[in-house]
Amino acid sequence: MANATQTTADGGSAADAVRHEFDAKARSQTSIILGRFVRHRLAMVSLGVLVLLALVAIIVPFFLPYNFADTSSGGYLTPSARHLLGTDQLGRDGLAQLLRGTQFSLAIAFSVAISSTVVGVLVGAVAGYLRGFVDNSLMRLVDLFLIVPQIAVVALLVHALTPSWYVVAGVLAIFSWMQIARITRGEALSLAAREFVEASRAAGAGTWHIVFKHLIPNMIGTITVNATLSVSAAVLTEAALSFIGLGVQLPDTSLGLIVQDNYTQVLLRPWLFWGPFLAIVLISVTISFIGDGLRDAFDPRQTKVRA
Amino acid sequence: MTETIDTNEPLLRVSDLTVEFPTDDGVVHAVRDLSFDLRPGEVLGVVGESGSGKSVSSMAILGLLPRTARISGSIAYRGQELNGLSYNEMRKFRGNSISMIFQDPMTSLNPVFTVGAQLAEAYLEHHKVSRKVAWAKAVESLEQVGIPQPDRRAKQFPHEFSGGMRQRVVIAMAIINDPDVIIADEPTTALDVTVQAQILETLLRIRDETSAAIIMITHDLGVVAGMVDKVQVMYAGTVVEAGVVDEVFDTPRMPYTVGLLGSNPDPSLIGQRLTPISGAPPSLVNLPSGCAFSPRCPLVAPVCHESEPELTETSGTVVHLTRCHRWNDLAGYDDPKKLFARKEIGAEEPLAALLIDNPEVVVEEHLADTADQTNDDRTKGDQEKEAAS
Amino acid sequence: MFQYLIRRLLISIPILLIGSFLVFILVASAGDPLAALRTKPGVTAAQIHSLSVQLGLDQPIFIRYWNWLTGFLTGNWGTSVALGEAQAPVYDTITNALWVTLRLVIGAELLALVLGVAVGVFSAVRQYSIFDYIMTSVAFLMFSMPIACVAVVVKNYGIQFNDLLVSLHLHRWLQTAGPPATGFGNNLGQVIVNYSGTFLLPTISLMTISFAAYSRFQRASMLETLNADYVRTARAKGLSQARVIFRHAMRNALIPVSTLFALNIGAIIGGAIITERVFGWNGMGTVLVKSVGNYDPPTLMGWFAVTATVVVAFNLISDLLYGLLDPRIRLG
Repeated sequence: MANATQTTADGGSAADAVRHEFDAKARSQTSIILGRFVRHRLAMVSLGVLVLLALVAIIVPFFLPYNFADTSSGGYLTPSARHLLGTDQLGRDGLAQLLRGTQFSLAIAFSVAISSTVVGVLVGAVAGYLRGFVDNSLMRLVDLFLIVPQIAVVALLVHALTPSWYVVAGVLAIFSWMQIARITRGEALSLAAREFVEASRAAGAGTWHIVFKHLIPNMIGTITVNATLSVSAAVLTEAALSFIGLGVQLPDTSLGLIVQDNYTQVLLRPWLFWGPFLAIVLISVTISFIGDGLRDAFDPRQTKVRA
Repeated sequence: MTETIDTNEPLLRVSDLTVEFPTDDGVVHAVRDLSFDLRPGEVLGVVGESGSGKSVSSMAILGLLPRTARISGSIAYRGQELNGLSYNEMRKFRGNSISMIFQDPMTSLNPVFTVGAQLAEAYLEHHKVSRKVAWAKAVESLEQVGIPQPDRRAKQFPHEFSGGMRQRVVIAMAIINDPDVIIADEPTTALDVTVQAQILETLLRIRDETSAAIIMITHDLGVVAGMVDKVQVMYAGTVVEAGVVDEVFDTPRMPYTVGLLGSNPDPSLIGQRLTPISGAPPSLVNLPSGCAFSPRCPLVAPVCHESEPELTETSGTVVHLTRCHRWNDLAGYDDPKKLFARKEIGAEEPLAALLIDNPEVVVEEHLADTADQTNDDRTKGDQEKEAAS
Repeated sequence: MFQYLIRRLLISIPILLIGSFLVFILVASAGDPLAALRTKPGVTAAQIHSLSVQLGLDQPIFIRYWNWLTGFLTGNWGTSVALGEAQAPVYDTITNALWVTLRLVIGAELLALVLGVAVGVFSAVRQYSIFDYIMTSVAFLMFSMPIACVAVVVKNYGIQFNDLLVSLHLHRWLQTAGPPATGFGNNLGQVIVNYSGTFLLPTISLMTISFAAYSRFQRASMLETLNADYVRTARAKGLSQARVIFRHAMRNALIPVSTLFALNIGAIIGGAIITERVFGWNGMGTVLVKSVGNYDPPTLMGWFAVTATVVVAFNLISDLLYGLLDPRIRLG
């Protein structure tokens, strides 16, 4: 019998040694997620392109021979060494206009994304957690905001106020939080049913404590992905708004406004049209790929299912 | 599908079945050299942990593995080779001569079609009859599995059935074409214990009525003991012990089986220790050399690391195969469960040591007595406090 | 099922009422109909005051809303107060514009839905194939394109195509500018040619983004259903691949897509506004732009009321589809 115990003791320690051999070093969650994102080549390339685009838009205008408002050269010039993208009808340098438009469009898009995400996440988290009457009312509020086409009501409000870029951004944000609210609510609903929330509530935690300390950190993946994608949506919406003349107007500018100024020239002077078109597409595509990379980084699945 | 069968010829003969999945991390050896026979009316229990290869082998029989799977070996149904047949060639066997019952009844049925429609579909796939006849057959099969008011229930949707009823529907779908082989993959795992018994009883009744053979895949030894004729213990993708069920459970000849049997909490063993098997099942990509169980085996010897044992006969009288180099030594132990007893790190266990030497000493704790004791202590304490104040 | 729809309908009514009230406040505060007059020389304060009483501008907002609402529900939608449009009945303006826009929107949405579902199913069944890879890239690209530019490019190609036809001594087929004709000809052949020529380009422009959304959504939904347990059961019954995919998997995969149908309608209307501007149509988009620019409250209210109703109607259609497709909803 003593022999049996000895063998067991040996067998036990042998098993322990083997176990350590196959262990892996623990990494923090943030580094794991970042690692996955960095390995997503398309997302990394897109991130690089986007950053490059932003830097070009901010820095290059200082090196251009002509200021964006300078109309001295004369209208509708073809591209040349002095005017890489020619000039528009009023004689303004095409490239300077394009870069300035990019600056404004990026500023608007990012501010809309951030503000609408903040509002949407708060509404959605509270609705999903509290359920019942609060949830119902908040969701009816979402329905209310969705009942009119976004572009129409934004156009009206901007027209009532001033068409400066930050007003446009603010108004767009007021009418862009609904989708994130719905998505966040769905996640919060399922999270709130989990035991750790129940435990926290039993320990006496209040609503806001639970929302900020428990719900939102667990939804950070969904929130980040949707916030990123909403930048892309904001760029496109703002472009559409300015295109019909009811968005950003002079003295501010945006890519949509530039398209509106020049779209009739698509056959005769294509460089004036394709510049802003490609800029919008580039911003949107890179953001989409980054969002995709983030989605994979936060929640990689074996089957690689991507929407 | 029942014709006159030569009872000496196995219905299903699986020989050296090997299933591999190439992945980014390496080749996963899900099933390795699996062989068994199945005769009409026989109930074979396949027991093992998750990842032991039980489900993959049954999916391989029906040809339902993903295209990336590499299957070698032979799967012979009534002499016909099934491995290598195309999807369409396999169709005439599926749900017809060989049918399968899956684990989770909540998700095994299509939620948008009525139960009757899904049953009739199974029948129509293999019989050229009118829709009316197929529907009648559907109702009949619901009755066969013990669902009351089958004609009304057949028009309902799956979400209108309870878990146990849904599993019966799944069974009905599996038997509607009178199969020779029914593969039941953990059919009761997702159900309550009381419902479990009913489901198993239904399956056995069907076996009696139709002499179909049943492969019962489970990790629940209680299910195995009460229901099967032969049992097959799987570990790391292969069979490590097989034989007539009473023989294997009374006299296990493989340490893994011993550990498995001892891991089950059993009220008749009060006072005795459970025998948890230390460690975890090996990665199917990176299998240990030699016997797959060697890293965790209390009887491990140098020979176990050198070569993987073959399946050897251990008894002259009944079928009892084992895959262990040291099965003879194991047979020498009166109480092989003690092999798994370990000292817990840092805990003083004089009682346990006592029990190992003297397992007949059963320690019973009467909760009523201990409660009285605590109450007495408490009242004494109160009296003392009162006296003090 | 009937009950379910009635419930959805009853919820919509208060939302429409509250929504229209909020929009009314917005419209009323968005500008001053008398602004032009105030700066006009020779107009006295008394005249302005009497005019504002005449227009009911001195009354509290609730009364004004109530007046508008009762008028709207009885068919009296007021007349336009915009400069140059004065006295044009709002009802006529809007219904004409609606007829133009609805044909465009419904056509584009249906086309996007059918094509999107087909592509989505095929991409899922042939996951990681060349087709899937191409369609994924196409969808990504389409999601990123501003509809204004898409419409401009499509129109551009349309013009070039027409020039090609003319150079081959054929008639111009595609209409690239100007409002759509009201009549399309007498015989079926003529109708088809004229109708397609008029609607083809704007419909293509409008459906691009919708199509991308439907195809991605359907693909994801389909991939999920193809991995579902009941699909495995269907295969284990001996069913053919085709039957498993189209009858069992796709039927379930369509359920989430039907919800997308409703969510999309707001975006489609927005897109229609842009497309109409590019192709010079006189639909709801043009009406909106004009009435915002000229500040025309009666037309604006009529516009918003009608649009909101259309959105609610599409939401109900989507609920209907969802109930039809998923028995757990209509019986549960």
